[in-house]
Amino acid sequence: MKKSIWILYWLFLVGSVSCSPQLVRVKPYERGNLSREVMSSDLDPLLKAMTEHAYFSREASSGGGGVGGGGCGCN
Amino acid sequence: MLAVTLLTPSVAALEVGQKMPALGSLLPRDSIPDLSGKVVMVDFWASWCGPCRLSFPALKRLHEKYADKGLVVIGIGVDAKAEDYKKFVSKMGVSFPIFHDATHTVADKFAPPSMPTSYIIDRKGVVRYIHIGFRGQKTEAEYVKEIESLLGKE
Repeated sequence: MKKSIWILYWLFLVGSVSCSPQLVRVKPYERGNLSREVMSSDLDPLLKAMTEHAYFSREASSGGGGVGGGGCGCN
Repeated sequence: MLAVTLLTPSVAALEVGQKMPALGSLLPRDSIPDLSGKVVMVDFWASWCGPCRLSFPALKRLHEKYADKGLVVIGIGVDAKAEDYKKFVSKMGVSFPIFHDATHTVADKFAPPSMPTSYIIDRKGVVRYIHIGFRGQKTEAEYVKEIESLLGKE
């Protein structure tokens, strides 16, 4: 019993350490993969339109989801 | 472990007034030109960055106009893949020295806050101006003004 609590404690500790912003922060010069076209939110116009329609029907509001380009964050 | 992680310093960005890190020791395999007594412009770029692509003709013009007067333009490509880097370089037809920083050794030292970022360094090796991003003719005019003022100083 005591051992399993100890294991859980360590799992929690390691998990929270792995979430540290200093470990997961993507630096501006590491955004090569994020800037690929496939990462763009409007890759498929039909899928985007349908998603926006579903959002509008559910929330009775639309818009506000636009971002320019991929994720390179250039300029 | 938690304490170690939290105490790990985040990369401190190079700021105006600080000494430029020695490129020769950061890129030991590359032959970095002699920078002593020169005005240096270090530009961080990547093939996936649109504004970087736009900035290259301006950098080329600066190199052609001011290289004889004591300016050294150095491009640091931060692409992870060597093939992307090479493809971009051959497409751009670069005339100034450029180096591939695949492991981000140089980028980690300078810590550019965006892509592209260019650093203009005076003859004593001190960072005088930092340009974050590239905004066409406006940025190019600023480059010219700053470089001319630094070239005028001994």
